[in-house]
Amino acid sequence: MAGKPWGAHLRQVRPPEPAVPPQVRVAPGGAGVQTQGVKHGLNPFCEIALEEAVRLREGGKASEVIAVSLGTKASQETLRTALAVGADRAVLAEVTEGAAPGPLEVASALAALARRLQPQLVLLGKQAIDDDCNQTAQLLAAMLDWPQGTFISRLELESGAVRVQREVDGGLETLRLRLPAVLSADLRLNEPRYATLPNIMKAKKKPLEVIPASDLGVSGGPSRLKVLQVQEPPARAGGEKVENVETLVEKLRQSGRI
Amino acid sequence: VRMANSLRGEVIKLYKNLLYLGREYPKGADYFRSRLKAAFLKNKDEKDPEKIKQLIARGEFVIKELEALYFLRKYRAMKQRYYSEDKP
Repeated sequence: MAGKPWGAHLRQVRPPEPAVPPQVRVAPGGAGVQTQGVKHGLNPFCEIALEEAVRLREGGKASEVIAVSLGTKASQETLRTALAVGADRAVLAEVTEGAAPGPLEVASALAALARRLQPQLVLLGKQAIDDDCNQTAQLLAAMLDWPQGTFISRLELESGAVRVQREVDGGLETLRLRLPAVLSADLRLNEPRYATLPNIMKAKKKPLEVIPASDLGVSGGPSRLKVLQVQEPPARAGGEKVENVETLVEKLRQSGRI
Repeated sequence: VRMANSLRGEVIKLYKNLLYLGREYPKGADYFRSRLKAAFLKNKDEKDPEKIKQLIARGEFVIKELEALYFLRKYRAMKQRYYSEDKP
């Protein structure tokens, strides 16, 4: 393929899902959540996007998978996991400690990298599970002026194009997009593999490049978005048993529900 | 004797891989590690290469089971959080 990377996969570092009741707490002051000491990992939707990219390369449809992230130095660990899953190389657009890039910053960095690396396909998770913005893929496609296929649950490469199935409210939609294109992965696209220890060891030999985010034109300024408040949902009040339907209706009326 | 030595390497690799996977075990990494250690120690005097290979295969099966467990756990969490209005 004349030395041009065929497939590039881009992901973000995000806190992992808690398997048990939330271990994440509202930060003192109430303007965010406590991230200190909370285990961080690869965003689940991005894992799915990465898996799809690796499968494309394993199937001979792509020549290279590049894993990319915008984040602090700690993101290198997550990129190593991406390399262990099967990416060929990784690029970190590094921001300073304490920076909190949002979709706009991420999309800007990815756009700059896409212009440099020239992939045919950019695969992202549909949204990050910490901010749930669901904006990065869309912003990126607009910045690059590439077609976008979001919430994809199936992907098929054709000559010079990609056919995707999207999960939309009304059901499923099939689109054919000319390459290069931006796609965002939904839950049912595939079942991602686990990064086992032997693969982590092999991944240590794979190249990981660090570029300062400012080199990519990403300003280090404060976010234009300010979180005013984060609060936990109200604790569940106890239930109450009633004797008959009349009492039930009366109680519902009293509490203003009917 | 050479056979047993290379098998020893495989057994150690298997142990390390299982230990790595056990870090995310639902009942805790320590719980997993103590049971993993006990399971391996129970068979430490096994000399028959065929039996050792069977035990290694069993360990590899456990690896597959753990990977499936972790995948299901994550899938269910995501489904519950984002898709709970879907028809069952």
